[in-house]
Amino acid sequence: MFLRRLLKNKMGLIGAGVILANILVALLAPYIATHDPLKIDITNQGALPSEENLFGTDEYGRDIFSRVIYGTRISLYISVLSVLVAATLGIILGSTAGYYGGWADNLIMRVVDAIMSFPAILLAIGIMAVLGGHIYNVVLALGFVYIPWFARVVRGSVLSIKEKEYIEASLAMGGNDLTVLFRHILPNCMAPVIVQATAALAYAILAESALSFLGLGAPPPAPSWGNILSDARNFMLDNALMTIFPGVAITLAVLGFNLLGDALRDLLDPRLK
Amino acid sequence: MRPDPPVLSLEGLKTFFKTEAGLAKAVNGVSFSLKKGETLGVVGESGCGKSVTALSVLRLVAHPGRIVSGRIMFRGEDLLKLPLERMRQIRGDGISMIFQEPMISLNPAFTIGDQLIEALRVHRRISRSEARDRAVEMLRRVDLPAPEKRIRDYPHHLSGGMRQRVMIAESMLLNPDVLLADEPTTALDVTVQAQVLDVMYRLTQERGTAILLITHNLGIVAESAQRVVVMYAGRVVEEGLVENIFEQAGHPYTRGLLSSIPLPGRGQGGTGEPLVELPGIVPSLFNLPSGCSFWPRCREKRRICEEDEPPLKTLGQDHRVWCWLDD
Amino acid sequence: METILSVRDLKKYFPVKAGLFRRSREVVKAVDGLSFDLRRGETLSLVGESGCGKSTVARLILRLIEPTQGRIMFEGRDITSFSRRAMRPLRPALQIIFQDPYSSLNPRLTVKDIIGEGLRRYQRLEAEQLRERILEIMEKVGLRPEHYQRHPHEFSGGQRQRIGVARSIVLNPKLVVADEPLSALDVSIQAQVLNLLAKLKKELGLSYLFISHDLSVVEYISDRIAVMYLGRIVELAPSDELYARPIHPYTQALFSAAPLPLVGRKKSRIILKGDVPSPLAPPPGCRFHTRCVHRQAVCSESSPPLEELEPGRWVACHFPLGDGRA
Repeated sequence: MFLRRLLKNKMGLIGAGVILANILVALLAPYIATHDPLKIDITNQGALPSEENLFGTDEYGRDIFSRVIYGTRISLYISVLSVLVAATLGIILGSTAGYYGGWADNLIMRVVDAIMSFPAILLAIGIMAVLGGHIYNVVLALGFVYIPWFARVVRGSVLSIKEKEYIEASLAMGGNDLTVLFRHILPNCMAPVIVQATAALAYAILAESALSFLGLGAPPPAPSWGNILSDARNFMLDNALMTIFPGVAITLAVLGFNLLGDALRDLLDPRLK
Repeated sequence: MRPDPPVLSLEGLKTFFKTEAGLAKAVNGVSFSLKKGETLGVVGESGCGKSVTALSVLRLVAHPGRIVSGRIMFRGEDLLKLPLERMRQIRGDGISMIFQEPMISLNPAFTIGDQLIEALRVHRRISRSEARDRAVEMLRRVDLPAPEKRIRDYPHHLSGGMRQRVMIAESMLLNPDVLLADEPTTALDVTVQAQVLDVMYRLTQERGTAILLITHNLGIVAESAQRVVVMYAGRVVEEGLVENIFEQAGHPYTRGLLSSIPLPGRGQGGTGEPLVELPGIVPSLFNLPSGCSFWPRCREKRRICEEDEPPLKTLGQDHRVWCWLDD
Repeated sequence: METILSVRDLKKYFPVKAGLFRRSREVVKAVDGLSFDLRRGETLSLVGESGCGKSTVARLILRLIEPTQGRIMFEGRDITSFSRRAMRPLRPALQIIFQDPYSSLNPRLTVKDIIGEGLRRYQRLEAEQLRERILEIMEKVGLRPEHYQRHPHEFSGGQRQRIGVARSIVLNPKLVVADEPLSALDVSIQAQVLNLLAKLKKELGLSYLFISHDLSVVEYISDRIAVMYLGRIVELAPSDELYARPIHPYTQALFSAAPLPLVGRKKSRIILKGDVPSPLAPPPGCRFHTRCVHRQAVCSESSPPLEELEPGRWVACHFPLGDGRA
């Protein structure tokens, strides 16, 4: 029944389709890419798109098409992992704050507020500057920066679900705090968390690109979309096309997650009333 | 003796809701009339269409609901054919309405005085101070203590019973011919309910206002109404004088409803006779049974009930039933 | 006759939140000195209007909240200060049915999970035995076997309430607290559930603490009725006697105000003046004196204790009606 409604939502389908395409590209990268994304060829710098190099080459002669294809892997990898980190920590913090209330709630939410008071990108930049460039550091940085989103959403859900009579019913049936939290409260919080996750995924892709563009993301020569964009900046006047390809890739991925997220929000919320 | 013409008359009213899940036939051919000065109880359980019927009278049914057919005669005109501007004049003036939750009908951002005065001045050209006087007077008539002070209160300063009385005051300010009361006491405690019903009854008696009293509570109907309309799944199943309905109910649904209510003296700690219950549940408005909507729950059903809509049968003076059974 | 539940001078005060650092000075006296006994096999009802504290009593008895003062004895044990761990072994014997069929069932669980939660925690059953027991209970409450794997949203209000009833009886409780179990249901469905509760009481030998604001229902199912007003019991009597001859002025007004589906009832209704006072600031002396037509000076000064006027008839009033003194 849920699937039927999803299928009726055109925007959601488009979003889901785009994401699916991204996932497939990431998985099948070795078969889709025409060249080795890291192979340098000085003789073929800055070439325009041709049959040989579908998107042209960059300043090191590397095939941009292959780089963009492999870049999908990095973007998805980083965004999914960092959202997982953020969601897990956010759920733990948010549910503790919401369920126990009192000083725990105050303490946790003030910490969360503190994190939120920094613009996400600046905070990520700061963390990366300290940790140094490495894929896992990007995951940690972004994972940290998005914790507040999940913590707040989960706390809100927990607060409202806590008051429901089926929670009292479980307590009256001898349930303890852990049972109530894991069996009754958290499963019912998942809808807003999922919606929040799709938004976070979109932002994470953008953030990763921004970090790489600034040289603080996945270290070169990794073909992350941000790196490709950064490299292309030097050539913008001669060959503007070089910037467009990674830009379009980023845009499509972000759009895909946003559309799917919107559709999920509409589908999940009223049903779970 | 020529009978008085009815002050409000519904003929074949149909209001449907077109949603993603299908077409809900909320009001499916409802006809009845309200006599001048009488209290007509409209009784039924959830989903029977009684609230939508009242909203249809004032053409307040919101999208995706639409009145698809029928006539609503008031002061010689069909309300469904009037231009909206005329309809707005009638709302509050000729026909007014009170709802179940006074907290929703009263604007929390304005004092009750402001709201009453506004209600008056929208319909009548009078000065603010005269409107204020009339408002205070009406608050006094609904037994609100110290009305001159109360008029400056905000709705949240008042209790539920008081708010409902303010609503009654507001609805009676312009001496309407008809008052539509949609579950006016359902959200109130029993003792407060008695107060509010008392006020409603007194005021309308004084001014000759007819009341359409919508409720699921048969007790209130028995004690406050002269005539009753019983609704089920969007249709009227029985109509008549209160004595007829309660003492000689003709429709199996009405009988089932009445036997579902425990009367004092039959209890014996729950070990006495079980209540004669109505089996099953109210049908979905998206998927009404064929023929008579009640047949799936009717112990006396016959083949024809599943096939054709039941005809009108007159059981006595001012007692009508829509049923295939002979009595 | 054996007493299964005994409550003495039970009080529950809720502090009104007054900010992070300020000590709250105002309290809501939800329950303010409640005493009664419930005998094994009987149905005792608590009846009253909003603010009288009856729902709070349900949660106190189940020890879902902490009493401020007083004693609760269940099956001879003083459970007033029992921790959650101490209450755990008692849970199967003391169960509750909730008011709202929509929020009392976890929307993510199936009927099997909801009814099975208690079984899995308290009984060592094989998968097949568990299944059989659940199906057995389902049949008892009028649900069909195909409902086993369904989710709450697939059921009507009345059916959901049946699931709630099933959940409460699956562990063979001795006492079931029913907190307004019919209030959210249509009239015709109320009759179904009421009949079910009466039937189960007979079949399983249950005792009920039945909480409601609906006088007809309460009179039908109860052996004895306790009328509550602002956190206290004002009258306690066998149900047929209470209906025939209410002694406390509030009880009289309550019965007089409750509409019955009977035509031609004498319209000599007692209309109380004013609204129910707030439990934040209950009137001094007798809580009811502000609305009582019979009040005298002493009523605003001292609070009358609940006394046994006649055998089995308890009243808290300085001038009980029909006692000759009024």
